[in-house]
Amino acid sequence: MHPMTPVPYRVRSRRPDRADTVTLALEPVSGPCPFSLPGQFTMVYAHGVGEIPISLSGRGRTGALVHTIRAVGAVSQALCRKRPGDLVGVRGPYGTAFDVAGAAGLDVVVAAGGLGLAPLRTVVRELIAHRSRYGRISVIAGTRTPMTLLYPRELDRWRMAHDIDVQVIVDHPDHIWPGPVGLVTKLIDRIVFAPRRTAAFVCGPEIMMRAVADDLMARGVPARRIALSLERNMKCGVGRCGHCQLGPLLLCLDGPVVDYERVGGLLAVREL
Amino acid sequence: MSVGGSVGGNALMDTVVIESLEPLIAALQSAGYAVVGPTVKDAAVRMAEISSVEDLPAGVGDVQRPGNYRLAERGDEMLFDFAASPDSAKRFTQPPRQRLFRMRGQTIEEVREKAPRVALLGVRACDLAAIAVQDRVFLGRHPDPTYRRRREALFLIAVNCAVPGGTCFCVSMGTGPKATTGFDLALTELASPHRFTVESGSERGAQIVAAIPHRPADQGDLTAAEEVSRIAATRMGRHVDTEGIQQWLPAAHDSPRWTDVASRCLSCTNCTMVCPTCFCSTVEDITDLTGEVTERSERWDSCFSLDFTELSGQPPVRSSALARYRQWLTHKFATWYDQFGTSGCVGCGRCITWCPTGIDVTEELSAIRDGTGETSCIR
Ligand SMILES: Cc1cc2nc3c(=O)[nH]c(=O)nc-3n(C[C@H](O)[C@H](O)[C@H](O)COP(=O)(O)OP(=O)(O)OC[C@H]3O[C@@H](n4cnc5c(N)ncnc54)[C@H](O)[C@@H]3O)c2cc1C
Ligand code: SF4
Ligand code: SF4
Ligand code: FES
Repeated sequence: MHPMTPVPYRVRSRRPDRADTVTLALEPVSGPCPFSLPGQFTMVYAHGVGEIPISLSGRGRTGALVHTIRAVGAVSQALCRKRPGDLVGVRGPYGTAFDVAGAAGLDVVVAAGGLGLAPLRTVVRELIAHRSRYGRISVIAGTRTPMTLLYPRELDRWRMAHDIDVQVIVDHPDHIWPGPVGLVTKLIDRIVFAPRRTAAFVCGPEIMMRAVADDLMARGVPARRIALSLERNMKCGVGRCGHCQLGPLLLCLDGPVVDYERVGGLLAVREL
Repeated sequence: MSVGGSVGGNALMDTVVIESLEPLIAALQSAGYAVVGPTVKDAAVRMAEISSVEDLPAGVGDVQRPGNYRLAERGDEMLFDFAASPDSAKRFTQPPRQRLFRMRGQTIEEVREKAPRVALLGVRACDLAAIAVQDRVFLGRHPDPTYRRRREALFLIAVNCAVPGGTCFCVSMGTGPKATTGFDLALTELASPHRFTVESGSERGAQIVAAIPHRPADQGDLTAAEEVSRIAATRMGRHVDTEGIQQWLPAAHDSPRWTDVASRCLSCTNCTMVCPTCFCSTVEDITDLTGEVTERSERWDSCFSLDFTELSGQPPVRSSALARYRQWLTHKFATWYDQFGTSGCVGCGRCITWCPTGIDVTEELSAIRDGTGETSCIR
């Protein structure tokens, strides 16, 4: 099959997360669900509108590919409007994964900015599946307002049932928000981890990821154990359109998940 | 990643001599190939379908300089004494626009694009190298079956360059001027008497030669052919020092020279369109009037276009012309190695000739390496 031809998938379920964000579970119209790893993405096609990269935010019980999509433009809006039973095209999963197993024996910091929590949910679910293998686990999440926080009930479950320190910070509090206000880096002071024995998984806006990574490094977390998930324009996902380049990297093949040792210097070059 | 049964440099039979191209063209045609070769059109040497030797540009030469191309009548019998044409094999390996699939209701059907049997006559050594570069892109980790079929249907007849152009630097890039691999047949054109030496590079190449009148090459033919390539190698219009370029070029991301070249670059995308290895593309959907059937195509794109790196709600990653030129040059000469294990430049000189403001990659590279931000000459 041609690498640019999608496979027909059906929307199995749809759950609105917040005003502009929807979580869809997708299943192939025929045949089994493909294998996927935390951090990977698929190219999702909305008939006649276009195709965009979306990270996996989970796996359904039947193996369905779960995606959390924010409506920001033509294609993401079209996908957010899809209803159960509707058809979309899917290619993938593609790209590199978060090495969750590689964090065994270490403390784990999961740092999310906004929608960055979506791909990181697959990481946390994987950590929970083998909770005893890991040391302290902290999830720190930044969000614009209390209303835009993703998966609030699941965050509570992580906190209550799985011995995870979950902390949320908001940019713009409302009058009832009891928690901290500011950037997610502020929360690094409030969690406990042994820097030299810590693995970090980070996803969010690029400046947030760089700030978190620099802060963690300054505390002694090795750059090679800080994994980021990067975003660039992607038209193919399979290394043939050229759009996703970051210096030597083709982020659809060499990413989206990359470690800070590899990309810290590249991200510091303006407009690379 | 060999395609089309090419066997590289091992000649499948000894070099032979043919007196005329007419039987070769006829044999290719009867083997079912459309023969595409150099012709004169639009005041340039353009690749187009030919029916006989008469269509080839006898006695025509070219003058190529930064931002400048013109034909020169020589009036002799030589058919291939010019350098790279604005057309490269890319048009055939990666057509400017290709349909991908059709989505109709519940079904997605692949469009099986035709893979025409084309014999490309007059391919240069640099262009063979460019095809090998494209093979790495399209037959790599996610191989493209359409590309593979198109490649296999392409019969490649190289003609070794005798008269390199003023913008050529294949010697610097190690790709020419003599074709050593990747062809079905490789010809060297010789004068007085007018004749061609022919080497076969594949089984199907050898079969074509066996079907046409030929004689074994004698020592005189072989020596004359070697002389053509030896002299061509001494006549390169340009030169690049590639030593350590994979390291020093990306490291020079703050060179003042980028500002200088960005002030001359129009972001017109010409360089990427004429480049035989530039492969970037984008996709497009066309929906019929009923709204039921959508056809998706892939078409050439360029890293010089502003929307190439667009992201919603923020400026494109490479918003400035400086960043876009830096991306192009650095990719071609350095980061291509990281991605595909080879240089992205084969030294054909097309981007220099066809740049409307005459930007010369070889001059930019030496200025960046030497750490100067000044333009060496004003045009
Ligand atoms: C690896 C990866 C994973 C992603 N995961 C998610 C996810 O889980 N959920 C989610 O909501 N979004 C995710 N995105 C971002 C998502 O792809 C964009 O929001 C989407 O492409 C916007 O397309 P549009 O047509 O709706 O918007 P438009 O603004 O109309 O898009 C214009 C063009 O820019 C591109 N583009 C715009 N924004 C982005 C962006 N942020 N990243 C890459 N290309 C962009 C589009 O693909 C399109 O080519 C991810 C992006 C990448 C690269
Ligand atoms: S970069 Fe210029 S000289 Fe090099 S292969 Fe492309 S067009 Fe030819
Ligand atoms: S380098 Fe020349 S040909 Fe290329 S985009 Fe700039 S002006 Fe156009
Ligand atoms: S998305 Fe096309 S090359 Fe990476």
